[in-house]
Amino acid sequence: MTHTVATRPAPSENSAAPGPAWPTDDAPGASLAPRLLRGIRHLPVYLVLVAGSVVSLIPFLWMIIASTHQTSDLFGTPLPVLPGGELLENLARLQAETNFGRVMVNSLGLAVVYTVFSSAVSMMAGYGLAKFRFRGRGVVLGLILVTMMIPMQVLLVPLFQMMASLGWIDSYQAVILPFVASAFGIFLMRQSFLDFPDSLIESARIDGANEFRTFYRIVLPVARPQIAALVIYTFMTQWNAFIWPLLMLNTEDKYTVPVALNTMIGLSRVDYSGLMLGSLIATLPLLILFLVFQRQFIAGLLGGAVKG
Amino acid sequence: MYFALPAIVLFAIFFAYPLVASFWQSLTATSGGVTRFVGLDQYARLFADPLIGTSLFNAGILLVVQVPLMMALAVGLAYLLNQGWLKFKGGFRVLHFLPAVTTLVAYSVVFRVMLATDGGAVNQLIGLVGIAPVDWLNHETWARVALIASITWRWTGYNMVIILAGLQAIPAELYEAARMDGAGRWTIFSRIVIPQLRPVLLFTGITSTIGALQLFDENFILTGGGPSDATLTPVLYLYKVGFRQFDFGYASAIAWLLVALTALIAFVQFRLTREKL
Repeated sequence: MTHTVATRPAPSENSAAPGPAWPTDDAPGASLAPRLLRGIRHLPVYLVLVAGSVVSLIPFLWMIIASTHQTSDLFGTPLPVLPGGELLENLARLQAETNFGRVMVNSLGLAVVYTVFSSAVSMMAGYGLAKFRFRGRGVVLGLILVTMMIPMQVLLVPLFQMMASLGWIDSYQAVILPFVASAFGIFLMRQSFLDFPDSLIESARIDGANEFRTFYRIVLPVARPQIAALVIYTFMTQWNAFIWPLLMLNTEDKYTVPVALNTMIGLSRVDYSGLMLGSLIATLPLLILFLVFQRQFIAGLLGGAVKG
Repeated sequence: MYFALPAIVLFAIFFAYPLVASFWQSLTATSGGVTRFVGLDQYARLFADPLIGTSLFNAGILLVVQVPLMMALAVGLAYLLNQGWLKFKGGFRVLHFLPAVTTLVAYSVVFRVMLATDGGAVNQLIGLVGIAPVDWLNHETWARVALIASITWRWTGYNMVIILAGLQAIPAELYEAARMDGAGRWTIFSRIVIPQLRPVLLFTGITSTIGALQLFDENFILTGGGPSDATLTPVLYLYKVGFRQFDFGYASAIAWLLVALTALIAFVQFRLTREKL
């Protein structure tokens, strides 16, 4: 649909055209009539983009509106279009139904702990694989690549049994530990350490710094942007994780946000406004991360598919 | 090598070992608490199981309908956002990317509530233009439409941002040279933009394909795989077989079917990328 707008044949060769370095339309001294014409031609593009933005935004707006109204209002006619005054009531019910405060703390705690450990492992392994030659390095690198190709679902059954035999079902370490080593994270870090000049590492060694000191005083600070991307990606992975925590956790007080939301859907009488408020709260940390660290957020999400 | 050691140990315990265990398990069957070796029987079951066919068919629908639809939208939007004269570029980009920021379960919940049949927001909206309420989540076709719409909402902006970065990497001289030769806009789009985008399109296409094949969160929350298994996907079926029926042997065979299909897709990607060189 957007294609037709994007590629409508231009009436003249001087019309608006793609590409940043395109000869500019807005040459000074352009007279009013062509400018008006151009405005009319540009209008459909703006309309499409505005429509796309509205579609993107509506579920967010509805989440905000719905979480401040009673459930009956969400299905009444006409639908509320402005936030209502039921936020605190909904919050209280959400807390009563799922102990949502505790659930948020669980999710945040798990995501932070996971991020710390997983990022550390990724950074170290990435560095080791980028800057040291050792026997079997090629094999390790190849295996990590294979790891990225194999769907994680194949591990569900054996990992479940492993956790069961360790007696770790319904424990936090069972949620985190199997996925601390992240092939994607290691790869991202290795790529960013590859370009780091060996001479700098050498001179630090000559100055008597030990290997670990060299790593975290000299090498890590240079890779800060990529590390930021890694940290955000890692946090988001754990925050979003659903199927594994769903399998591992069965005490309500240990649930993470996605698992708690899933439980609320299964209740015989679903509290829809509470559910919408829960979804809104679940989205907030990522939304804040995104708005503050936009560049690193996108870089982390795109997984190094695109540079810059 | 010591720097890589923690990762290697963790991979050995939580990846290599389970992988081998999973394959071994796919060759066994458990009944009455006794596990025995059954060779390829579980794999033979895959071919006889109509639900495997259904789940692959549903994944196939996503591949044939959802992935191209989303890719076309993403390319179109990225192309528009790349127009030199466009104002509020950054704003549009952020707004279109916003869905990618939502937690999978949370956005599925929101769509489920919006798509409710009686008085749901979507039915009320289409009611404004006189369309009768649609039973989105309980009708086979509409449930698929709802699932496709939800995934497209979540992932279009994500792919758009990748494609946009690819568009910006196309050298301006290429456009100029084409214009010198008198190429019109459609020619430039089809002869320059699309071929130049090929690696990026392949990457996003393959990622989306694998994503569709491994879909779980969205349909688990939206429809639970129903109605009549119309939105059952291979991973959701694996979950049901493994953790509702606790048939670990068969679940492992399904898992290895997924591995094989993912490898096939990766192989196709490899061939397509190579061909270009």
